[in-house]
Amino acid sequence: MDDILKVENLEVVYNDVVLVLKGLSLACPRGRITALLGANGAGKSTTLKAISGLLETEDGEVTDGVVLYNDEPIQGLIPERIVKRGIFQVMEGRRIFEDLTVEENLRCGAFTRPRSEIAESMERVYAYFPRLKERSRQLAGYMSGGEQQMCAIGRAIMARPELLLLDEPSLGLAPLLVEEIFEIIKRFNQDEGVTILLVEQNARAALSVAERAYIMENGRVVMDGTADDLLHNPDVQEFYLGMGRTGDKKSYRDVKHYRRRKRWLG
Amino acid sequence: MEYYLQLIVNGLVVGSIYSLVALGFVIIYKATKVVNFAQGEMVMVGAYICFALTVQFNIPFIWAFLITLGFSVLLGLAIERMVLRPLIGEEHISVIMVTVGMSSVLKSLVQLCWGTQIKVYPQVLPTEPVMIAGLPVAPVYIAAFILSVILFAVFSVFFKYSRTGVAMRATAFDQQAAQSMGIGIKNIFAMSWCIACIVSAVGGVILGNINGINSHIGHLGLKVFPAVILGGLDSLLGAALGGLIIGVLENVCDGAARQFFNLGGFREVAAFIILVVILMIKPYGLFGTKEIERV
Ligand SMILES: Nc1ncnc2c1ncn2[C@@H]1O[C@H](COP(=O)(O)OP(=O)(O)OP(=O)(O)O)[C@@H](O)[C@H]1O
Ligand SMILES: [Mg+2]
Repeated sequence: MDDILKVENLEVVYNDVVLVLKGLSLACPRGRITALLGANGAGKSTTLKAISGLLETEDGEVTDGVVLYNDEPIQGLIPERIVKRGIFQVMEGRRIFEDLTVEENLRCGAFTRPRSEIAESMERVYAYFPRLKERSRQLAGYMSGGEQQMCAIGRAIMARPELLLLDEPSLGLAPLLVEEIFEIIKRFNQDEGVTILLVEQNARAALSVAERAYIMENGRVVMDGTADDLLHNPDVQEFYLGMGRTGDKKSYRDVKHYRRRKRWLG
Repeated sequence: MEYYLQLIVNGLVVGSIYSLVALGFVIIYKATKVVNFAQGEMVMVGAYICFALTVQFNIPFIWAFLITLGFSVLLGLAIERMVLRPLIGEEHISVIMVTVGMSSVLKSLVQLCWGTQIKVYPQVLPTEPVMIAGLPVAPVYIAAFILSVILFAVFSVFFKYSRTGVAMRATAFDQQAAQSMGIGIKNIFAMSWCIACIVSAVGGVILGNINGINSHIGHLGLKVFPAVILGGLDSLLGAALGGLIIGVLENVCDGAARQFFNLGGFREVAAFIILVVILMIKPYGLFGTKEIERV
């Protein structure tokens, strides 16, 4: 299969001491949505930052492994270069420029693009998110959380990436809005052929749009497969989709059972 | 009455120079969060370079002025590259101390090259005062004021509409998020220092045309603190108004002190007294950022 991104045996260390990624491998097939799931602190955001080069600003370092983008190694490049090559990360927590207007935020997304295409890109964003158009001259800081998330994704659309890294787009959104945002992500993927690596806590939402998924724990991938497989896997159902196997509350023994299985799978 | 009007006009002119220097200070602070204690010395360097070019090298003033601007760009790049870039990620206080040190170095360099005597610029504009609303105003004052206004207009447009200007504001708000957009924040930092050097140099040249220069004009940098703190450390408009207000108030207070108490030299402290009073009323300055809070 044609993988636009291949991460192999990635190891990341923060502050020279904390080993956060312990040999992580994954691949993103071109033009598809791949989900990366896992509990808090598993290292999902770290994985994305290692790909986009933003680790450096947090005193994190890739100490081993390779990141291949279109079969070329990109680890160690500065973030600007990586954005220019077509990888764009929407960071966790939206990271809107609050004292810029919505429109100025969007223009920032197109920073590495030719000026001539900005107007058209802007129309494209407004077509996906009509609500942003109404608020285009408003300060982004005064928008609701959902509108800010739209703005954050809008910036990514402005950048016209080949590979989009999305970090928890559902964070803090009401269920209805989560659905709306995921639909738009799906549409963006289909309309523009953008490859997406989607990090999520909301496994159900992520698996509904993704084709493949990886589940990570503690800096490693412990399970992977097609979204369908994972949706029907009893362990995933129990621990990521919140369906008790017998309908009871999860018991400690189940957890232990899961641990055993996890070790075996990992 | 005319006495005070005259003081206000003088205050506006001096204030517009404060505004320019404050603008440089605010741009650096906004983009890099560095409190630059060498702002006044950047004024001084600009003033001396232009002086040297016109008087010592006999270059026509307008060319000398343009070359000074070019030199300021280089100075800004040099400061950013050699002094500040190695400090990225260090404690704020170390960076501040470095700018304090840089101010001494710049000042000593100027004294080494030109001595400490007062130097007089050649007469560029006619000395014959122009009457404005019945008040005689020196042409150089008018030119100074207009030049400051133009610079402010240019930078306001720059920050509002140009891609780099918007990117600078974005970087000021969130460096990492700016990087994630592909904005090269090192270039942005360098750009901020260049702009700060340019506006300071313009301030220095204007000052030189009005009063002549000596190596103490760096003290102007101190006056800029009341101006920026009054305006709010991170607001361009605040810098403009803060500078004007401080300029006018210090002149008027000084005049009043002379008239009523027969006290000279009140000007030097007036700005700081005003500052303390204003901070008691508005601790974030007139236009300072109150974090945006959503309801
Ligand atoms: N800048 C940093 N310096 C030191 N440690 C860090 C840093 N960033 C993250 N870590 C640590 O790395 C581990 C993984 O963090 P990461 O943010 O990648 O998790 P995550 O899977 O994205 O979690 P969440 O779902 O809560 O966002 C955590 O234990 C965290 O404490
Ligand atoms: Mg995270």
